[in-house]
Amino acid sequence: MTNKMKLKELSDMLQDLNVESLEGVTIEGDIELNISGGGGLNPALAYALGNEISQISLHMANIGRMLGFPAEQLFASAFGMGEMPQPGTLPSQSPKIQELLASKFEVSKIDNWKNSIQEVTLGATSADGGSRKSTVTLGGENALPYYFDAPMPHRNYITMDVFDMPIGMAKAVKGNYEDVINDPAEWAKKVVRDFNADMVTIHLISTDPLINDTPAKEAAKVVEDVLQAVDVPIVIGGSGNPEKDPEVLEKAAEVSEGERVLLASASLNLDYERIAKAAIDHGHVVLSWTQLEINAQKELNRKLMKQCNVPRDSIIMDPTTAALGYGLDYAYTNMERIRLAGLMGDDELTFPMSSGTTNAWGAREAWMVSSPLKQDSDWGPREYRGPIWEIVTGLALSLAGNDMFMMMHPTSVQVLKEITQTLYGSIEAQEIDISNWIGAEV
Amino acid sequence: MKINSPLEAYKFLPATNCGECGEATCMAFAAHLIDRSKKLTDCTPILQDKFKKKFEELDQLLAPEIREVEIGVGEKISKIGGDDVLYRHKLTFFNQTKLAYDVWDTMDEKDLVERVTYIQDFRKFYVGNFLTVDMVAVRCTSNDPKRFAAAVKKVVQTTDLPIILCSFNPDVLKAGLEVAKDRNPLLYAANRDNWKEVAELALQYDVPVTLFAPDDLDLLKSMAKTFAEMGTEKLVLDPGTFPTGKQLKQTFSNFVKVRRAGIDGDREIAYPIMAVPFTAWMAHDDPVSASYWETVVASVFTIKYGDIMILHSTEPYAMLPQLHIRDTIYTDPRKPVMVDPGMYKVGEPTADSPVLVTTNFALTYYTVESDISSNKIDCFLWAIDTDGIGVEAAVAGGQLTAEKIRKGIEDAGFDLKKDTTHNTVVIPGLAARLQGDVEDATGANVMVGPADSGRIPGWMEKNWPPQNK
Ligand code: SF4
Repeated sequence: MTNKMKLKELSDMLQDLNVESLEGVTIEGDIELNISGGGGLNPALAYALGNEISQISLHMANIGRMLGFPAEQLFASAFGMGEMPQPGTLPSQSPKIQELLASKFEVSKIDNWKNSIQEVTLGATSADGGSRKSTVTLGGENALPYYFDAPMPHRNYITMDVFDMPIGMAKAVKGNYEDVINDPAEWAKKVVRDFNADMVTIHLISTDPLINDTPAKEAAKVVEDVLQAVDVPIVIGGSGNPEKDPEVLEKAAEVSEGERVLLASASLNLDYERIAKAAIDHGHVVLSWTQLEINAQKELNRKLMKQCNVPRDSIIMDPTTAALGYGLDYAYTNMERIRLAGLMGDDELTFPMSSGTTNAWGAREAWMVSSPLKQDSDWGPREYRGPIWEIVTGLALSLAGNDMFMMMHPTSVQVLKEITQTLYGSIEAQEIDISNWIGAEV
Repeated sequence: MKINSPLEAYKFLPATNCGECGEATCMAFAAHLIDRSKKLTDCTPILQDKFKKKFEELDQLLAPEIREVEIGVGEKISKIGGDDVLYRHKLTFFNQTKLAYDVWDTMDEKDLVERVTYIQDFRKFYVGNFLTVDMVAVRCTSNDPKRFAAAVKKVVQTTDLPIILCSFNPDVLKAGLEVAKDRNPLLYAANRDNWKEVAELALQYDVPVTLFAPDDLDLLKSMAKTFAEMGTEKLVLDPGTFPTGKQLKQTFSNFVKVRRAGIDGDREIAYPIMAVPFTAWMAHDDPVSASYWETVVASVFTIKYGDIMILHSTEPYAMLPQLHIRDTIYTDPRKPVMVDPGMYKVGEPTADSPVLVTTNFALTYYTVESDISSNKIDCFLWAIDTDGIGVEAAVAGGQLTAEKIRKGIEDAGFDLKKDTTHNTVVIPGLAARLQGDVEDATGANVMVGPADSGRIPGWMEKNWPPQNK
């Protein structure tokens, strides 16, 4: 009984003491500690101390056994499966822990995302005065994309580019369109039928006075052809010429009356009022385009709403897409800030967003045969580099809150759809056991 | 970081305004501490004994929310973690995501050395620097400690890059550690079954260790808490990277949750996170699809909080976008990227070569530079100091003016009349309206180039050499 008390004292003492400050320690057979002096506990001393203590515990265990207690079992379980620590192992100063400490993971939802993003529908079926077979609804989010804080009401959509005349394209892109390059209607059909485009964008670039100066009226015919050729919602783009675009988009809006197209685009450097009016008069949606500047985006949205009376459900924003490696950092953060501001209550920024992801093809990494720099490692085949450039550019922006993507390469479209819809939660796949991935044969 | 105003940091500083830190006042230094552009140890006076308590308190307050963990030694040491924010525009992200590429111990020795060398040497020039990858992950596919040790040894002999030792078998990890212990490798990984033995190894060899708890955040946190209790906070968390379907969506949620909890102040889970896009190879047989999907998964977790990742595809079409998306996310959004203003020779210009003007906005400069050099045009390229603003905005904002152009050329000691045969300057198309002013300021002929530097070669064909002198 006396011995038992002293042992407990011993262990308490060892715990309380900072072992490093012990110097001379001797242990007598009757289990008494004599501690004196200051200084370090050297390994030899530690070993001797350990040895003494072990001897004592063996001695005590024997007593235990004599009293009929199954002491061996206690030892076995204490040291794990009956293995005694190997002699020579350095004594670890860290506490031995036999079971994982319990801890429950908890995280709170964001509490200042109080505002919903505006829902905007593109396309109109016969029930609503149009001739589209299906419509596309963007927006409605209450959280950053794919976050657990709130379900995302609509998936991302992809609209594929069609041009009203042959244009210069990266080789990897061009190969897909050579058969339809002179026929926008066939081109539109092809992207929907073969490449699974959700929508089609017809770019009326030949209207540019510096290109063909195609009259607005003629360009509108191409729009009619495309509307005939496909039954998905469409986007109508001008040439980017600020003098000519208002007229071109007015005519296009007129001939697509009731189809709820997206007019691309209104910007601060052209007569946005005319484009807004065309949208209101014919029941379309306006793309509000600014260049990587959140305050300019607010200003243009405000003008469209307050000055031009465009309804909230008829505005989509394009805050500009820069390619991976060519300013995507600005484009990403600009979109992320816009979306966060919208969620936190800035009513001038609560609109769905669209990205001209095709811009990724401007990066030389996407289209050049090889690096112009000798010091670079080999860039590998460009037919694989191009599509992934477009994918990663779009993917980054999808995570920043972008809803709709304007794209060009069929592989890019397919892969971006796969990843955005996976994160959205609509892709089923066979479950994969990764618990032993290290040994995987690849 | 537990404080967010310079005033709160200032209270702990010596308040002598001695200037040792390179700032005029303690208050100015405090502001740099808050935006993390200076380290507390830059204030040498506070390191004195009498300030010990204040130093320690402030050091604690300034510590980033997510712990920093070091892997490797010497020049190639890699730091991961250390973040304070969830969105880059709120400050910046620190310690860019480290990219580790795998080798495995059942590989042929020659192939292994070749692969490690390729990983080590891979580089891509960008904005004045080379983008490179960071680490080698050695996977044990043999489950044989000896074989693993031999492979690790080869890697150690071949490269200085930091190493990740990958096995769930503690004996294998121990064998690897014996060979690589001087290199401070990262252990991968402790899991539900082996954690006791792996913890022992991590403590005994004093190396960082990854905790692997696929889709089980309670287990992950329990392990982190237990390891910390046992004496190590050099931890990396792997919540599992499932490559497809709903499992991938869940993985995405897990990454967001772990990082949010850490930034919100839950110290028990505030460690760097590991992603393993490698698992894409378990879902795709065809190497191109696997490489593509791996790159896609890697991009997602570069953007959303992965601090380190293990990858397999060394195809340039996988590595190049990975390097660039990493750079995109970790570029400090507070600093305009600039090159030093001055005159740069592209190719081997002579007195007949054109003199082109551009800005010192790095993106503009390097785009122009590579447009010219890739077309083998010899010229003088003049980067005018516009405070790192692009041509169009700089003309509008007054950072690019005729006077600036004149001064820029003069400062470089270049004399258009003597050093060229044509006494001509070509200004960017987007700066066309400066033409007359530049003529007056420099006394040179001024030609207006194209608006897009991609059209310089075509423009040169038509316009160079200049017709009328
Ligand atoms: S070195 Fe320290 S004490 Fe001196 S000015 Fe800087 S912050 Fe103040």
